[in-house]
Amino acid sequence: MSELTVIDPLGRPVTHPLIPLYDGELIYLTSSVLFSRKLEHIKANPKVALSISDPLAVQVDHFRRATIQGDACVDDSDLHSGWEERVLPLWRKKEPVIDTLLGKRVALPLFFERAIIEVRPRRAFLWEDGRTDRPPQVFELLEAVR
Amino acid sequence: MIAFVDADGYPLSVATDFRTEPERGVVVLDGVAGDEVQPPEGELVNVVFSHIRPQPGVGYDQRRYVSLWGELLRSNGHLELSAERVQQWDEEEMSFFEFSERGVPQARRYFEQVSAETGREVRPRLSFGWLFLRATRLPFLTATIVPVLLGIAVAALGNGFSSWLAVLTLVGAACVHLALNTANDVFDTLSGADEANVNPTQFSGGSRVILYGLLRLRSMALLSGGLYAVGIGIGIGLAATRGWSLLWVGIAGALISLFYTAPPLRLVHRGLGEISVGIGFGPIMALGAYFVQAREYALEPLLASLPVGILIALILYVNEVPDRRADAVAGKRTLPVRLSKKSVVRGYELAVAVTFTLIAGFAISGLIARPAIIALAALPLAFPVRRALRNSYESPYALMPAMARNIQLHLVTGLLLVAGYGIGIVADAALDDPPFFLS
Repeated sequence: MSELTVIDPLGRPVTHPLIPLYDGELIYLTSSVLFSRKLEHIKANPKVALSISDPLAVQVDHFRRATIQGDACVDDSDLHSGWEERVLPLWRKKEPVIDTLLGKRVALPLFFERAIIEVRPRRAFLWEDGRTDRPPQVFELLEAVR
Repeated sequence: MIAFVDADGYPLSVATDFRTEPERGVVVLDGVAGDEVQPPEGELVNVVFSHIRPQPGVGYDQRRYVSLWGELLRSNGHLELSAERVQQWDEEEMSFFEFSERGVPQARRYFEQVSAETGREVRPRLSFGWLFLRATRLPFLTATIVPVLLGIAVAALGNGFSSWLAVLTLVGAACVHLALNTANDVFDTLSGADEANVNPTQFSGGSRVILYGLLRLRSMALLSGGLYAVGIGIGIGLAATRGWSLLWVGIAGALISLFYTAPPLRLVHRGLGEISVGIGFGPIMALGAYFVQAREYALEPLLASLPVGILIALILYVNEVPDRRADAVAGKRTLPVRLSKKSVVRGYELAVAVTFTLIAGFAISGLIARPAIIALAALPLAFPVRRALRNSYESPYALMPAMARNIQLHLVTGLLLVAGYGIGIVADAALDDPPFFLS
């Protein structure tokens, strides 16, 4: 689980808990149309930050905190099944239960009308031991890619 | 977690510990180290307290968050936030279903925006089968199947049985029922009842296919009209072959179903919804099915259908409990809108008691087939419903299992009545002089 921060039209940061998926290059998140205000915000201002901050919500052996800044774009070209084609395999790998939930689509049809948020990482801040009272390591990811 | 906009114009978020000082109305956050991640003083920041517990193989639970906006002040190495704005959600206070339902206006707005951006109409979709099931509320057909089977069974005990007439009766009655469900959605959309209801469950609040944009109002109205046409057509065909007197119950049933929510009668708005449904899905269905087989009306199918009619009215009655606020806004004067919780629970208890007293009385006296007394075995299904009404009256989603059990109460009681008649039919066929308790 992660927290995605976007910027609203008044320039205020707004944070949403979302499940991140990663294919080795881009970070993907999906958003139901029911909670689509963040999508409007990203379309108006693509600058976002994604944080891994909660050790309870991120169940891994060696927990570290990280924040990744990046540029996001919204793919809502096929809200019904585009996300299934593009990111469901990644989601399934991470959370197999998604197939069970998707089987109940008739009960929550709008919840499964979803846009994809693609985040191209730009800069990352890593707190190796999770302690933010110590300075983070900073990685310029765009420069690293170049 | 503190989120702010950095010098490059990107949001930046950093986690830290905190404590609250309620008497000062501030949140005191521990300072964070590192020049690159220093939250700004005097600028608007977003402080988020978020908790979620992964449940491997199931999903997540304990979802809750509080999001505060305000300016930070530095004090003794700490950061103090006086919140100007707050947004929060705790799934223990507001279920995920309600939280989602409150997002429907945003979803509709988003579809309109995407449609405008792409120059083509973008709408949510469901496969045809699921959409038909959802739009017509197909699983509720048990409400029709039970009284029709009962009417047929009563006729079969004394007057013989025609299978093709039974199938036609079932199909015709089912069409009228599905037409009623879809018409109900059309008129609840027009009256604003569906939009005002943010606590729908799988048993209440309508199909919501129009509200969600899955079907247009016009398409739903056409579907309803088509189903009425088929149902009424079958009814007229049966009347022409079995006797025009069938039209009396046919017309009464069609009118009740249409004017349940349709103007000018709008029976449900006048507090007559429960009794209308009880009559329509009890005596009218059973008498009609009986007439098709027997070519006459009789007292027995009327009496046998009374318990079924009361129990179907009770399905509506319990399902109206979570809808009562939205119904009140839309002017629907249902019993749960008009009555207190105590009266609603008492009403349920009384109606169940009357139902099973009728079954016992009619069966013992021989007014209906005596073996139908086995339907008393369904009574325990009413107990958890009564308990849930008492304990979870204000919790729509906690009531859902009770709504399911209440539907089972109707179904099981009705099928046991039918089975009782089945026993009578078998005894009649197998024995020259069946004992009194099998007739």
